Parts: sequence; structure tokens; C-alpha cells
Amino acid sequence: MKLSTYNFLTSMAIKGVKVGFPLKLTINKKEEVESEFNPTFIERLLPKLDWAAIYGAAQVAELADDIPPTQPENIGENELLLQKLHHLLFEIDVLEGQLECPETGRIFPITDGIPNMLLNEDEV
Amino acid sequence: MARRPEHSAPPEIFYNDDEAKKYSTNTRIIEIQVEMAERALELLALPDDDESRLILDIGCGSGLSGSVLEDSDHMWIGIDISKSMLDIAVEREVAGDVILGDMGEGMPFKPGTFDGAISISALQWLCNADKSYHNPHKRLLKFFTTLFSCLTRTARAVFQFYPENSDQIEMVTSQAMKAGFYGGLVVDYPNSAKAKKYYLVLMTGGAAELPKALGSPEEERRVNYIKKRDACREARGKAPKKSRDWILAKKERRRRQGLETRPDTKYTARKRSGRF
Repeated sequence: MKLSTYNFLTSMAIKGVKVGFPLKLTINKKEEVESEFNPTFIERLLPKLDWAAIYGAAQVAELADDIPPTQPENIGENELLLQKLHHLLFEIDVLEGQLECPETGRIFPITDGIPNMLLNEDEV
Repeated sequence: MARRPEHSAPPEIFYNDDEAKKYSTNTRIIEIQVEMAERALELLALPDDDESRLILDIGCGSGLSGSVLEDSDHMWIGIDISKSMLDIAVEREVAGDVILGDMGEGMPFKPGTFDGAISISALQWLCNADKSYHNPHKRLLKFFTTLFSCLTRTARAVFQFYPENSDQIEMVTSQAMKAGFYGGLVVDYPNSAKAKKYYLVLMTGGAAELPKALGSPEEERRVNYIKKRDACREARGKAPKKSRDWILAKKERRRRQGLETRPDTKYTARKRSGRF
């Protein structure tokens, strides 16, 4: 799972959960992959990013030095930051780990890079 | 008619390792899946500006439809209930991320995430109650409401699916409308048993005209009648009497007979003015 996907995932599907975001990320094993840098796509993605969640993920992925804690203005003109964002969002592949619902504490395991969001009968 | 896979087992069990392997080796399955994904992408009607968009692939399986999205330079995230299929997707190193999840439990995404959604041969699975606590109507509604919220307000969602009967079509479309979607069904090649394909085209931002189906009956009928009329005219073979064509043909015949005939000019068969 790439961290861009992590930015979109919620546990809202669980019964009684209001927001379910951001999920608490734990990384046991990760891998760096290569992906083509597309600045316009990242720029279009910016309004959809939750900066606090991204910063949290960067801390877990040990890349917190690259990302400022609060969202700076005019990111579009800051090519270097865009590249760092691209690296964080699209080139870090979480292979093993888990996601934890902030409201219920329900754990969603990540195995072989696939997060398991399946719920049990009593959670639907 | 062949037995429907939905009747044999729930999707997470039906698509086991053996079945999943077919989707990476069987060229016929691959060809059909890719063709349907291409049509679905066309029906999505994304703005034609060469920009990458974020697309959700529901029931992505081994990522065959995802490769079609990749070819058009779109980013995608896939969701499927079969671990075996997703393992194949990871093995194939598809560019999109895949998530293990059940459509009927809702889409686990933030509001306004995706610029569009496609789904190939997945929706019919939702019409069955595979577990004792499943209620197809409720699961469909939950699916469509959560999908509606995770799409942007100009997005479309296109589902290719195999409805079993008209009741299923009615059930699916009514739940989609209840969730706030506009749109309807596009049936490609309705007169062919094999090529016939159902596409449910759903729109979030107000009612718009549905795209044209391929091989629709109106189109064919129009073409047929034009052909028929032309054929009738040809069969009669003669131009209307006193017309220029008729006179030219008559003069040509006289010439062939060796009779004295005035040459053809721009005045031939021209109407006299009213003064005469």
C-alpha cells in the first residue's frame, strides 16, 4: 500500500464510527519503489490531502525531515517539496503493518502490501 | 445457458487460486475483460485534457481493468474481496494500489476522493445473499451511498455487470437512485446474445444525457430502411418521365439506333419560361 492510498482510507464503514480518519499507521516492513514524477497530478491532489495525516505518515515512515508540520502556501511553486511529496506518497510501499481505527481501536492488518478492510458481522 | 458463478459460491471463495490463475493466463478472459474496461472508460467521459485522474476500480481482481486505466495514464486504487485475485495483481506489479474489502460493507474512502469509478463484472455478486445476515437491498444501498460520497461532484461511475433478470436490474438501479445518483442503463448490442453487455452509468452532478449504446436497434433500423428505399429505386431502374435523366436516356437510345438526334446541351430538358 502506498501512502497516497493511506491518505484516503477511513474506517467509516464500521457501525457507529463518525469520521474514522486518520487511521493510525504502523509499518513493520516497507519497500521503496520507483514511480514517475508528475507535478501537475500532485498539485491537483493537494486539496484532497489531509496535511496532518500526511505529516503523521511521514513520521512513521521516518521521512519527517522532508515534510513541514503545517501545510506551506504556494506548494505548486516549490518543486523540491513537490518531489519530496511524490516520494512520500508514491514511492513508499508498506508491505507489512497495520491500520488502527482512531475511534474503536479496530486493527486492519496489512499483509503483502494489501490492507485488509473486511469487517465482521457485528461491525457492519 | 452456462451456470452463473454467483450461484456456485460467494466471490471470496469462488475466486480461489485456481480461478484467479485463469485471469492471468487465459487470453480469452483477458481480452474480454480489457475490452469491457476500455468501453467503461469511454463511458466515464472524463474531460479530454490528457491529465491523470484518480479512478476507483471496484472488483479490480487481478488488475486487468487497472492496466487499461494505466494505459490512459490514470492513477487507480482497486478494491476486491478475493485475496487470491489481489495476490495475482501484486504479482503482476500493477501500478495501482489494491485493497481487500467487501463492496457491500461500503467504500472505506474519504469524501470527494475519486474523479471516477469503474467496475467490471462485479455488481451482480452484490445481488445475492451469501451469508445469513446479508440483505442485498441494504448492501446495495450502503455500497451506493458510500460510493456517492467518495466521488467528486462531476464524477461518473460505470458498472459493467451481468444481471440475471429484470428484477435485479430494477433492484440495482432503484438503490442507486435512492443513494442520490442520476443515470441509467446503457445496453450495447441488445440484439446479440453474446455481445450484449449491460453498463450502468451513474452520475453525481445532476442529470445529463446518457451515452449512446453501441449497435442500438434505432440506429440499425434507420440504416435498413434507407437501404431498402435505394434498392426499390434501383429495381424500378427508370427515371421519372419528362425528367432530364429520362430525356437523356431516350436520346442516348435513339443515337444507338442511328437516328438523327440533337446534341446534349445545357438547354436539354430545360423548362420554357412562362412568357412563351
